[in-house]
Amino acid sequence: MKAVKRYGLRLRRKKFLVRAWRKGRSLLDVVNRTSGIKPADTLCIVTLRNERVRMPFFLEYYRDKGVGHFLFVDNGSDDGTLEFLAEQPDCSVWMTDASYKRSRFGMDWVNHLLRRYGHGHWCLVVDPDEFLVYPFCDTRPIPALTDWLDASSIRSFGAMLLDMYPKGPISTQPYRSGQDPFEIACWFDAGNYSIERNWQFGNLWIQGGPRARAFFAEKPARAPALNKIPLVKWDKSFCFASSTHMLLPRGLNLVYDEWGGEKTSGILLHAKFIDTFGAKAAEELERRQHYANSAEYRAYKEGLEQDPDFWTKWSERYINWRQLEILGLMSKGNWA
Amino acid sequence: MSTVGFVMLCHTALNRAAEVARHLAERDCPVVIHVDKRVSRQDFSGLQKALADLDNIRFSKRHRCEWGTWSLVVASQTASELMLAEFPGVRHVYLSSGSCLPLRPVADLRDYLAARPMTDFIESVTTKDVDWTIDGLNAERFQFRFPFSWKRHRFLFDRYVELQRRTGFRRGLPPGVVPHLGSQWWCLTRQTLSAILQDPARRENDAYFKLVWIPDESYYQTLARNYSRHIESRSLTLSKFDFQGKPHVFYDDHLHLLKRSDCFVARKIWPQADRLYQTFLDPAHTGSSMAEPAPGKIDRVFAKALERRTRGRAGLYMHSRFPNKDWENGKTSGPYSVFQGFNDLFEDFETWLSRRLGSRVHGNLFDPKKARFAGDQDIYAGCLSSAAALRDYNPERFISNLIWNTRGERQVFQFSPRDTQDVGAFLAADTNAQISVITGAWAVRMFAANRDFASIRDESARLQKREMEFVNTLRHVRTRAEVRIWTLAEFIEEPMENLQSILDAMDGATALRLTEAPRMANLDGFGQFLQNLKNQGMNPFIMGDFPTTPTGLQPKSSDTRPYLVR
Repeated sequence: MKAVKRYGLRLRRKKFLVRAWRKGRSLLDVVNRTSGIKPADTLCIVTLRNERVRMPFFLEYYRDKGVGHFLFVDNGSDDGTLEFLAEQPDCSVWMTDASYKRSRFGMDWVNHLLRRYGHGHWCLVVDPDEFLVYPFCDTRPIPALTDWLDASSIRSFGAMLLDMYPKGPISTQPYRSGQDPFEIACWFDAGNYSIERNWQFGNLWIQGGPRARAFFAEKPARAPALNKIPLVKWDKSFCFASSTHMLLPRGLNLVYDEWGGEKTSGILLHAKFIDTFGAKAAEELERRQHYANSAEYRAYKEGLEQDPDFWTKWSERYINWRQLEILGLMSKGNWA
Repeated sequence: MSTVGFVMLCHTALNRAAEVARHLAERDCPVVIHVDKRVSRQDFSGLQKALADLDNIRFSKRHRCEWGTWSLVVASQTASELMLAEFPGVRHVYLSSGSCLPLRPVADLRDYLAARPMTDFIESVTTKDVDWTIDGLNAERFQFRFPFSWKRHRFLFDRYVELQRRTGFRRGLPPGVVPHLGSQWWCLTRQTLSAILQDPARRENDAYFKLVWIPDESYYQTLARNYSRHIESRSLTLSKFDFQGKPHVFYDDHLHLLKRSDCFVARKIWPQADRLYQTFLDPAHTGSSMAEPAPGKIDRVFAKALERRTRGRAGLYMHSRFPNKDWENGKTSGPYSVFQGFNDLFEDFETWLSRRLGSRVHGNLFDPKKARFAGDQDIYAGCLSSAAALRDYNPERFISNLIWNTRGERQVFQFSPRDTQDVGAFLAADTNAQISVITGAWAVRMFAANRDFASIRDESARLQKREMEFVNTLRHVRTRAEVRIWTLAEFIEEPMENLQSILDAMDGATALRLTEAPRMANLDGFGQFLQNLKNQGMNPFIMGDFPTTPTGLQPKSSDTRPYLVR
C-alpha cells in the first residue's frame, strides 16, 4: 500500500477520533460506575433506544458469558429502558437526545466511550439484539477466549451476523421479556452468503441471508452488510470506521486467513426478527435516522406488508455452536 | 523418603501455583519455586505466606525472565542448585511451571521413576530431525548470535539475523557440544543434573548458550547428552504447541481427554479452569497406576486444529477463511459435472440423466431469468435463492455455496452460451469440475425455433462467439477442470459411447452400461439450415462439418475421437 494512501487512512482515523470527542460531548452521565471496572474486565458497549423488553435476557446472556461491565448509550428511550439499566450494579449509562444519524449511527458515541474507558480492555461492541457465539461458548467464558487471543497476539475477533427468524409470520409468536429470543427465532440460512474484499480497508464485505433473498433479490448490492468485528482489544488510538463492520487502523480488519487456513471466529446471532420488529421498523422509518436514508427499513416495510415469513424448507434450525462450525459459518481455527 | 523434587517456574496465576505446590509438598515432594522478578513484591510475599506452613518448600533467588532468553535457564539453574543442596534425598528433579497440573497421583510418578532410577526423561533431538521449530530458525539457533529480544525488539532481531545470513557468520561451538533440541520440561536424575551444573566447563557452556536462540529448549537437552547414562528422549509433561510455537491451553472441557492421556503432568492449564484443578488435585483422584503415558488422543485433537488453521476446509469461503486466488486448496468442496449442449441435442436429457445417476440434476443454473434448480425450486440447499440478480451479483460464491451446501451429493447442471457466462473461468480453473461440451449444439434449438431468420442469424452469431470464448478458456493452460469437448458433428457419430465415457469418469456413478438412450432431436435438414446461415453471411463453424445432404450424418473415419484435456 502506498505511503500516501496509508497516510490518508491515518488522517481519516484522526478525524474519526476528533469527531468522537466532539459528538461525545452530547452524552450525559446517568449512572457512572466505571470506577468499578477491574483491569482484566471485558467491557460491553451498546447503543440503544426503547429496548426495555430485550434487556433482561441480554444482560443475563452476557453476564453468564463473563462480561465484567456494561456501558450503555441511551438515545432517548421512553419505555423505561434507562431506568431499568440505571438500577443494574454492573452497568454505566449515558443518555443523549442528539441525532443518531448525525453521530454516524451511534458510532461516534461508542468511539468516545471506548477511547475513554476501553483502553487496554477487551471490548465487545454489539446491538441489543446481537448475541455472540464463539467456539466452545457452552463450556468456556469470553475471558478464556480473550486470554487465548492475547497469548496469540491477536487483537480483534470477527463474527458474522446471522439473521435468525421464526417459522411462520413474525408477528404470530409474541416475545416475553426475559425469554430467550431464539426459542422463537430459531431458524437461519446456512449457505447463501456472498463475500467480497474491501481492498481499501482490508475487511471482507459479506451480504446474504434471509434479508437479501426476501427484500433485496432485485438489488443485491443494497443488502445489509453482515461482516462484523465486535470484539477488540482496545487501544485509545483505535476507532470504528463504519458501524462494527470495519476498524482503523486497517490491520484490525484482517480477521480472516488469506492463505487457505481458517482463523478462529464466531457468529453474532441476530434476534431482530421477533414480533417487536413490525413496530420497530415503523418507528425507525418515521424517525429516518438509519443508514442510506433508511433504505433497509423502507425495504422491510414493503416486504413485511406482503408476506413476512422467511422460513423455507431449506432453513436450518439452530442447535449450538458446533452445528454452525460444521456448516462452515464459523471456525475453531487452531483453538482446541 | 522423597525421591522426586519439583522445580517450579512461576510468573502469573500464583494462586494456582500455590495450590499445586501445596498438593505436591503435602505428598512429600520437595518443591523449589522460582518467581519471576517482574511479579510485585506484594504478590510474592503473599505466595510465601500462603505456603509458609510447609517445610519442604523453598523459594530460589528471583530473576527477571523473558520468553526465549537465557534468563529462563538461569532461573532453572539456581532453583535446581537449591533443590540439590537442600534436599539430598531427591533422586529425580522435575522441572515444571506454575501453570502445570499433575494429572496422576504423585505416588504413581514416584513409583514410575523408582522403577527407572537412572533414566533421564528429556526430549533431546538433533537439529536435523526437528520438524517443530518455528520461524525457520533451526540449525541457525546455534550458529548465530541472538542478543536482541524477539518480543521487544523484533525489528533489530530480524535485521541482525538477516545480516548474519548475508555475511555467512558462524559461531564456533564449545568443545564436546553437539546441539540438541527438545521440550523445555524435563525430569533429570541427580547425577546428570549435578554433572551439568558442576561441569568444569560450565562457564564456557553458559557463555555460549547465552546467545543461542531459545536456550531453554537446548541447554539441558544438549548437555544431558554428555553425561546421561540413559536418556528417554521424551518429556513426561504433556505440552502441545501450535503452529506459532505457543503452548495450547487446557480448559474444563478437556477433562476427559486429559484423564485418558495417562500423562503425569500437563501444561498449560487455564488458571480459571476450576473443574480441572478440583478434579486432579482431589486427594481421592486415582489414575490407572503404572500405565504408560499415551498422549496420542490429545495429539490427534491438536493436529486437527493445526490442519484447520493452516489448510482449512476445501471449498469453504467464510468470514475467517477467504483465500487469495489460487490459495484455496480446492476452489470447491467436491466434484460436480457441467454439461453444455446436451440438453439442446437431447430432448429429455435432464430427466434421462437424473434417472441414470439416481440423483437430482439441475437445469441451467445460470439462465439469465433465474437459476433452474432441480425440480424448478425457488430456493435450494442452504437457502440459496434462484433470483438471477442475487446469483449474478457474485456467481463464484453462488456455485461454491451450492457445492458446499450439498456436500456428499454430486451436483450436475447444464450450461449454455445463452447463460450468464461470468462463472466460466472459475469452473475451468476448478479441479472438481467435470465439464463436457458439445460445441454448436445450441444451433439445434435455433434450427427448431419459430423465429424470423434475421434474428436467428444474429442470435447464432452471438452464441457462437460466446461459446468460442468459453472453449478458449477451457483450452487455456491454467485450466484444471476435467474437460471433454466434441463438435456437434463429432458427437453424433457415437453418442452412446461418448455419454458412457462421461458417466464412467464420475465417481460413484453406476458402472452399468447404458442401455436406454436419451431422445435426440431430429436433425433432418440441419445441414441445409447451416448452409442458409452461411448464405446470410454468418459462418457457423463451431458445430463441425455438416454436409447439406442428410448422408453427412453417417459415421465417418475413426480419427474423430473425443479428446480429454486435463
